[in-house]
Amino acid sequence: MSNEKAIEAIQLTKKFGDFTAVNQVSFEIPKGEIFGLLGPNGAGKTTTIRMLCGILEPTAGEAHVMGYDVAKHSEEIKQRIGYMSQKFSLYDDLTVYENLDFYANLYGVPREKLKPRLAELIEMAGLRGHEKQLSSGLSGAWRQRLALACAIVHEPPMLFLDEPTAGVDPVSRREFWEMIYQLAGQGVSVLATTHYMDEAEFCNVIGMMYRSRLIALSDPDSLREGAIGVLFEVDCQEPSHAELVLKDLPFVLDVAAHGVLLHVQVASEKQKAELEQTLQSSGIIVERIERVLPSLEDIFVSLVDQENRQQIRADKD
Amino acid sequence: MEEVIKTQQLTKYYSKTKEAEPALVGVDLIVKPGELYGLVGPDGAGKTTLLRILATVMEPTSGSAHLAELNVSKQPEKIRARLGYMPQAFSLYPDLSVMENLRFFADINGVPRKRQKTRIDELLDFARLTDFTKRRSENLSGGMRKKLALACALIHEPEILLLDEPTTGVDPVSRRELWQLLTKVIHQGVTVLVSTPYMDEAERCKTVSILYRGRILITGSPNELEKQMPFRIVEVKARPRRILREVADQTEGVLSWRAVGDRLRLSVSDSSQVLPNLEESLKREGANISILREARIVMEDVFIHLVEKQEAQG
Repeated sequence: MSNEKAIEAIQLTKKFGDFTAVNQVSFEIPKGEIFGLLGPNGAGKTTTIRMLCGILEPTAGEAHVMGYDVAKHSEEIKQRIGYMSQKFSLYDDLTVYENLDFYANLYGVPREKLKPRLAELIEMAGLRGHEKQLSSGLSGAWRQRLALACAIVHEPPMLFLDEPTAGVDPVSRREFWEMIYQLAGQGVSVLATTHYMDEAEFCNVIGMMYRSRLIALSDPDSLREGAIGVLFEVDCQEPSHAELVLKDLPFVLDVAAHGVLLHVQVASEKQKAELEQTLQSSGIIVERIERVLPSLEDIFVSLVDQENRQQIRADKD
Repeated sequence: MEEVIKTQQLTKYYSKTKEAEPALVGVDLIVKPGELYGLVGPDGAGKTTLLRILATVMEPTSGSAHLAELNVSKQPEKIRARLGYMPQAFSLYPDLSVMENLRFFADINGVPRKRQKTRIDELLDFARLTDFTKRRSENLSGGMRKKLALACALIHEPEILLLDEPTTGVDPVSRRELWQLLTKVIHQGVTVLVSTPYMDEAERCKTVSILYRGRILITGSPNELEKQMPFRIVEVKARPRRILREVADQTEGVLSWRAVGDRLRLSVSDSSQVLPNLEESLKREGANISILREARIVMEDVFIHLVEKQEAQG
């Protein structure tokens, strides 16, 4: 087993009675990477995390976290990971400093290291001057940064984040991810779960989970560039009319209304002129046609469609 | 009628002392007939407060708001008959079935009994809930609840629809389905005002207002807003990441940058000048470049720029 892997999962499976919550999931995460595990609620993300943290025992398959077998060495794993959940587990009646101090004691940070470590964390989280404030009085973004600081008080080499920035504004979110990138730069490995596709954009490697299985594993750019065909965004008058016109064209793979815009999937870039011409000859005024990269949401939805079609075919056989 | 929704200097304080920060300050908003209008901003920006005032469930502290030329403070009943409102919190009766919820909302909104059956069938079909009419709403998935809430808001065929974060907490497949339903509603000619914390959803609207700390920072079509920005965006992906960051910090003409996964998005004053400089520096430092190009400005860039400008001014 190589020391360069933060996580290695091989055919990891968890069954609850007849229900398979996680089905033969395999992946490897090199140290220092930020791995995003995406999928709708109920896809198996939380069960996967719980197995990796050594809380749940796998039914079959195996996993190693920081070189330790999750089935045999769960105590060693727990000492080496930090965990931040969506519902930040801060004590509302404690101050910023008291919360950090509490977690430091819980994780057994040695007394002599305590003071400098807490000072470092307060600095990192931008909470200097607010040490004596009750955590209940902090804004969402500050609470989130405090929760992160608490999760890493014992300097874990592996960090688990569960939907860390839900509901936080883009500026604060960027600051939060900047802290995560710094940790990754210091060699900390990160696994984040989310069902928000825009959050997934912050990760280096992405695994998409659907119905207990891992249906894609790649970096975001390869996922986007490996998508079928070319996507054009069309801004035109009468989009509902345009949708009908485009739907029946042989070279158009898919048309989807995207609010007031249309997303048109075709086989090649060259068909842009043809698109424009067809719309104009149908009397539709075109404001703009522009090639766009599919979002991770576009890709997720198309993978889920493929998966469902395969399932239907399998059920028929 | 030039404007379906119009507010003038709309202001709301929750605290009487006026010492606390107001929830809304001097909001001027005009929504035109048949428009899909997006209200974008983070938690606490004032989106819900604004929608509650327009839905006539809360009074403004000062300023005025009109829907279909009716005043929210003086003619709330008349407005409610023409308005559908979907609050962010789950607004259905958990112990009633899908069908019972629809009938209940039809009754309280005065939909004539004769019309009810056809309208409910229409909406069940529209929301693809026909197979679930007997299921209690508490047993629906998150995405299905949202679709049912939308159907209930549309039961009396309103001409104006107010939606408060309809896609928050919804998984990607359901989120897409909800947007498809919204598109259908728009195509039927309904005027829709929708709030969202997601910048990518703002791109789909005809007009967008960015709300921050109770104020509207900017209004326009996404395309207009993106064109107004005094910078260009350059996207770079190169390894090692440490060198990429150092080069981004040191290259002249780079105003700021943010990391998005493995890529950096650089705000630059002049991309034709920055692009070759970046390439040269990265190569000199031995970095392996996989992406280096000008990229389209997106709403998230607009938002970050405006908020940083705002914070710099204090």
